Amino acid sequence: MRAIISVIGKDTFGILAKVSTVCSENKANIIDVTQSVLQEMFVMVMMVDISDPACDFSLLKSSLEKAGCDIGMQINIMHEDIFNSMHSI
Amino acid sequence: MLNIGDIMETIKMIQNENLDIRTITMGISLLDCCDPDIDRACEKVYNKIVTKAGRLVEVGEEISKLYGIPIINKRVSVTPISMLVASSGGDPVKYALTLNRAAETIGVNFIGGFSALVHKGFSAGDRELIAAIPEAMAQTTRVCSSVNVGSTKAGINMDAVAMMGHIVREAAEKTTDADCMGAAKIVVLCNAPEDKPFMAGAFHGVGEPDCVINVGVSGPGVVRSVLEKYPDADLNRIADLIKKTAFKITRVGQLVGTEASKRLGVPFGIIDLSLAPTPAVGDSVAHILEAMGLEQCGTHGTTAALAMLNDAVKKGGVMASSNVGGLSGAFIPVSEDAGMIDAARAGTLSLEKLEAMTSVCSVGLDMIVIPGETPAEVISAIIADEAAIGMVNSKTTAVRVIPAIGKKEGEELEFGGLFGSGPVMKINDKSPAKFIARGGRIPAPMQALKN
Repeated sequence: MRAIISVIGKDTFGILAKVSTVCSENKANIIDVTQSVLQEMFVMVMMVDISDPACDFSLLKSSLEKAGCDIGMQINIMHEDIFNSMHSI
Repeated sequence: MLNIGDIMETIKMIQNENLDIRTITMGISLLDCCDPDIDRACEKVYNKIVTKAGRLVEVGEEISKLYGIPIINKRVSVTPISMLVASSGGDPVKYALTLNRAAETIGVNFIGGFSALVHKGFSAGDRELIAAIPEAMAQTTRVCSSVNVGSTKAGINMDAVAMMGHIVREAAEKTTDADCMGAAKIVVLCNAPEDKPFMAGAFHGVGEPDCVINVGVSGPGVVRSVLEKYPDADLNRIADLIKKTAFKITRVGQLVGTEASKRLGVPFGIIDLSLAPTPAVGDSVAHILEAMGLEQCGTHGTTAALAMLNDAVKKGGVMASSNVGGLSGAFIPVSEDAGMIDAARAGTLSLEKLEAMTSVCSVGLDMIVIPGETPAEVISAIIADEAAIGMVNSKTTAVRVIPAIGKKEGEELEFGGLFGSGPVMKINDKSPAKFIARGGRIPAPMQALKN
């Protein structure tokens, strides 16, 4: 089972480090990362594998949201199926 | 990996444009709860609903969290209660109180099915149930009621239409202290679908399986936002954009419905492809019509714009879902749509224009506040007009009007929440009393003879 983490906000130091740490603490394995900076707005999209039995989705979600608050970024995590169903036939 | 643009588009739809799943509604058959003893029947009803839908809210919340999409309402619809009254007799209000108690136990905000289907005539239990509607609506907060008074195949039962004018008034009178909310929970339908997930007209038809999950999607804000990006596109292009957007919205509904069905172990019924507005800013069907180029909803051109919107939503949604049903179209409830409220306040949107609009979209005259002094026969005549549109055009139509007891044109009723608020609208003051008093049945139209 895979999920997409999206991080949006003003670019600053240590965003990737912070998000990766939360993923690692919650046993979510990072598969792919794409990021770009558009007019000082940082956008990062990360695909993570959350099928490890030790990975609790709710906990991961709340930890990411908390991390987002700490660094002033908006962080979402959503199951990849919502994107697949919307954007592919 | 997924395209970053697609991912951002989805997130924007949910966070900025109010994309949500409007409702997951579990349809539950109560046919096996019939009993000659009303108290025993009520006990069976309570037990069945609590057993079948006990995890509905919890599962809805799990799915909402997993996919990051809000699921606004979790609801239940049941077999028309008149069928249970037929075998038990007794006071139908007991069933309403039982439904309300079950809804409170499982945590759903509405339960639909305090209903009777009388399009061709009354059978045992129907008259009793209809007569009990005002009291049932006054004594409960979560129970919704509907009565089907007509169909293309059967014509219109004008005795039932005459009766419903009084019932709607009485329900409003009994709940005057609560902004006449009683009437806001009653829908009078023609060609009622048996699998509709949306309240207040939802009930679980007798042709349905024992238990089923139906999903209603939303997303007027998403459609409007797309249209605003193309201010100069022609209508072909606009129709195309609406189709593509409706496809995406519906796919989310399909995903959520499939997942809910799997987790609850209940078959997935249908998706209702409806653009359902809320009073929230940016979640208005009227604003879509205005984005198409109308200065204000209700002006000339509104019916044409709405017809195109309604058709494009269906065309886009049909391919995105394995089973489409319910009402499927654009909703135009006045008090629940910020743009409609403004248009009604400004006098641009009249009852007559709304009636014309209902001939090209789902569902009917919905959440319209009328003067408190409106006589019952006028309400019946409004119902008859709307039922005639449904009957002749082989479509669902409905009437949910709220007589604002003690208020006049220009004043407002404030329901709050998803029901919003509505200005009292002007109605025609000439009397249809004699026509309504005739009673009988309007025969089925030629359109019924398709065999």
